[in-house]
Amino acid sequence: MMFFRNITIGQYIYRDSIIHKLDPRVKIITVILIITTIFLVNSWTGFFIIGFYLFINISLAKVHPKFVLKGIKPLLFIISFTLLIHFFTTPGDIIYRIWILNITREGIHRGLFISVRLFYLILSTSWLTLTTSPIALTDGIEKLLSFLKIIRVPAHEIAMMMTIALRFIPTLMEETEKIIKAQIARGADFESGNLVKRIQNFLPIIIPLFINAFHRADDLAIAMEARCYRGGEGRTHYRQLSINSIDHVFIIITLFILIVSYLWVV
Amino acid sequence: MIEFKNVTHFYNTEQNEKIASLSEINLKIHKGDFVAIIGANGSGKSTLVKHINGLLLPSKGEVLVENLNTRDMEEVWNIRKQVGMVFQNPDNQLIATTVEDDIAFGLENIGIKAKEMGERVDWALNIVGLNGLRNSEPHLLSGGQKQRVVIAGALAMNTSYLILDEPTSMLDPKGRKNILEIVKDLNKKESITIVYITQFMSEAAQFDKIFVLDKGRIVLEDSPKKVFDKAEQLLGLSLEVPQITRLARELVKSGLDIPGNILNEDEMVKYLCLYI
Amino acid sequence: MFVHLKDVSYTYNLNMPFETVALKGINLKVNRGEFIGIIGHTGCGKTTLLQLLNGLIEPTKGQIFIENVDIHKNKKKLKEIRKKIGLSFQYPENQFFEENIFKEIAFGPKNMGVAEEQLVQSVKKSLQMVDMDYQSFKDRSPFSLSGGEMRRVAIASILAIDPEVIILDEPTASLDPQSCSKLLSVIVDLYQKYHKTIIMVSHNMEIMAKLARRIIVMEKGEIIMDDTPRNIFQKSIDRLEDIGLSLPQVTYTMYKLKKIGKPVSSGILTVEEAKEEILKLVNENKK
Repeated sequence: MMFFRNITIGQYIYRDSIIHKLDPRVKIITVILIITTIFLVNSWTGFFIIGFYLFINISLAKVHPKFVLKGIKPLLFIISFTLLIHFFTTPGDIIYRIWILNITREGIHRGLFISVRLFYLILSTSWLTLTTSPIALTDGIEKLLSFLKIIRVPAHEIAMMMTIALRFIPTLMEETEKIIKAQIARGADFESGNLVKRIQNFLPIIIPLFINAFHRADDLAIAMEARCYRGGEGRTHYRQLSINSIDHVFIIITLFILIVSYLWVV
Repeated sequence: MIEFKNVTHFYNTEQNEKIASLSEINLKIHKGDFVAIIGANGSGKSTLVKHINGLLLPSKGEVLVENLNTRDMEEVWNIRKQVGMVFQNPDNQLIATTVEDDIAFGLENIGIKAKEMGERVDWALNIVGLNGLRNSEPHLLSGGQKQRVVIAGALAMNTSYLILDEPTSMLDPKGRKNILEIVKDLNKKESITIVYITQFMSEAAQFDKIFVLDKGRIVLEDSPKKVFDKAEQLLGLSLEVPQITRLARELVKSGLDIPGNILNEDEMVKYLCLYI
Repeated sequence: MFVHLKDVSYTYNLNMPFETVALKGINLKVNRGEFIGIIGHTGCGKTTLLQLLNGLIEPTKGQIFIENVDIHKNKKKLKEIRKKIGLSFQYPENQFFEENIFKEIAFGPKNMGVAEEQLVQSVKKSLQMVDMDYQSFKDRSPFSLSGGEMRRVAIASILAIDPEVIILDEPTASLDPQSCSKLLSVIVDLYQKYHKTIIMVSHNMEIMAKLARRIIVMEKGEIIMDDTPRNIFQKSIDRLEDIGLSLPQVTYTMYKLKKIGKPVSSGILTVEEAKEEILKLVNENKK
């Protein structure tokens, strides 16, 4: 039970940096722009510029690189796998031969490009979540989505769902751990058996967990109603978001760098 | 004032029978009152208090809070501004990712402006003694702390009435003591009306008035001394009297001339000193 | 001696950024037939201790012997351990998942290898031990019961494995007084009638005083007291409250009398004891 007590919600780490002080909406838009550019750019110079830009952003955030790299570790396998797939399956000039597999020049090119893209993708999203608290993120998303209210996007409801999910994830993880232990104490075995058996073995965990979650949802809904919750209409916000000159400058610089990276082909 | 006028509440069982969870409840709770509600499991305590802020509506009769009727779909929200509610499970009432955001939740719901929200949140945090924890995440708090956050949330709304449904059942003894102290303070210092459901007789003994429920009816409504005097009747309702009262009754049976409805240790000591 | 914890320590998230020491230097011996109460504040390590007792978790230091066998030397033995030592967590009804009570209770023995034909016996017997009628309850959904009934069914599901030792983590938490008394009489029966060894965590001193022969007090991951209830209650009230006990009102009364100089003995926990003590003093005073 103690294991999950110290996991804070999200990846957010507090630091006194310019990036931390940026409006979350600006950061979210920045990441969207970066991701779009990453997939449009097709030159090494472009990637180099973007890489340099990301490096500056991360340094400005005063977050130790190890936290950023932590986000890459789980995906290292996928990146390597993608790399190799492209090496061996892209048609073109064969440079090397291992057994029956051919590595082509185009393959290396494509493989590296895709890997760099994935790498940058993770870097930029990690940068976002490390410097923006879950509340700020949810507020930012809500504000951005509210522009889409015209096409009936339920911005407030989405934000409320995210908040509640973030709030209850650690609680439900603790609950899961308790349930697993309780079932093991009754002789349940989650390790052995074939695939079908293993899936069956999960019922004693899934069912109690769902029931638990539903009870909580029930109680929470009643508590919310007792506290005058009537949906998004007429609600004010405790935390105010404000765009400052720093935000303007940041976005302009970002746009400039990203456009340059796309256009500048040596 | 909270007023129940001949309130009856029916619900349907799985076999589609109609059962009255409350039967002809008539009661008045005045501003500033400090009352407890006790009763065996299933006697209707939770059902009763959920009628106060319109979470449940009476099948017959009326519930009025400051002359506003809970049946009125619009007025019920004004009632909820004045009537705060604390439930049993500390975890399932906290909705936000930090303490101060949770306290602000109710204020956001009723459209309070940001600046005023800040002031109210600060004030509420201070009253429940959680100043240092404003940025804490709910899952890292103890049960007692969580309940204090819930109480702060209600206070921030400027509630005049605070209803607590077994708020200490899931807490350890220290947490229990703490919540009861806060509730007493709120009544004394902030003049907040308290309606407190409890299964602990030693807690109920500390209130000004006790309502005893049985099968959806109010069977006793009096001061703790008078209520715990009727030990046999209570026993028939599956209720106990506080341990100290039991001791008093045993001593009376053994011939000591002391009151049989002693409610706390200090009183007991006072009377015993006449004899030893 | 049945269970022996030797120099046991447990650290969560060992070698990781959020490393926390939950238990340190625990030495504990549990004998067959004992009724042991465990007391301590939330966070003192009691839940960790309970999980070590039936091998659910492995100590980061030290050894655990059950019937003189080091249980973590051979992982396969762990299931055997769980047949002998049953553990009921706090709010055990949270583990329910079956459609009827029979299946819910049969889950444990089934996992332990009990044959289909024997399951009925196991379920019947365990329901009997918690004073519930097999016929009326076996087909009902575990979720259709009252709080107190659910609690008893949950405990029955552990009893169905037929362990010698039963560990109960705050078995009466959140129960109303009526269900609480009912459950306590069930626990008394488990101890006196069915001769189970019982280890129980509770904050309630009245209960501990009535049932436990030995109380272990924990604080900040260590065992600070291991004695009879009587001896533990001779200590000062402040100390006891610090440890996390809620003392009975009669005990407080005796302390207050003692404080103003009256010659009462300490360690009085029940109404009967208090009555006797007071009447004794009244009579002496008359003389």
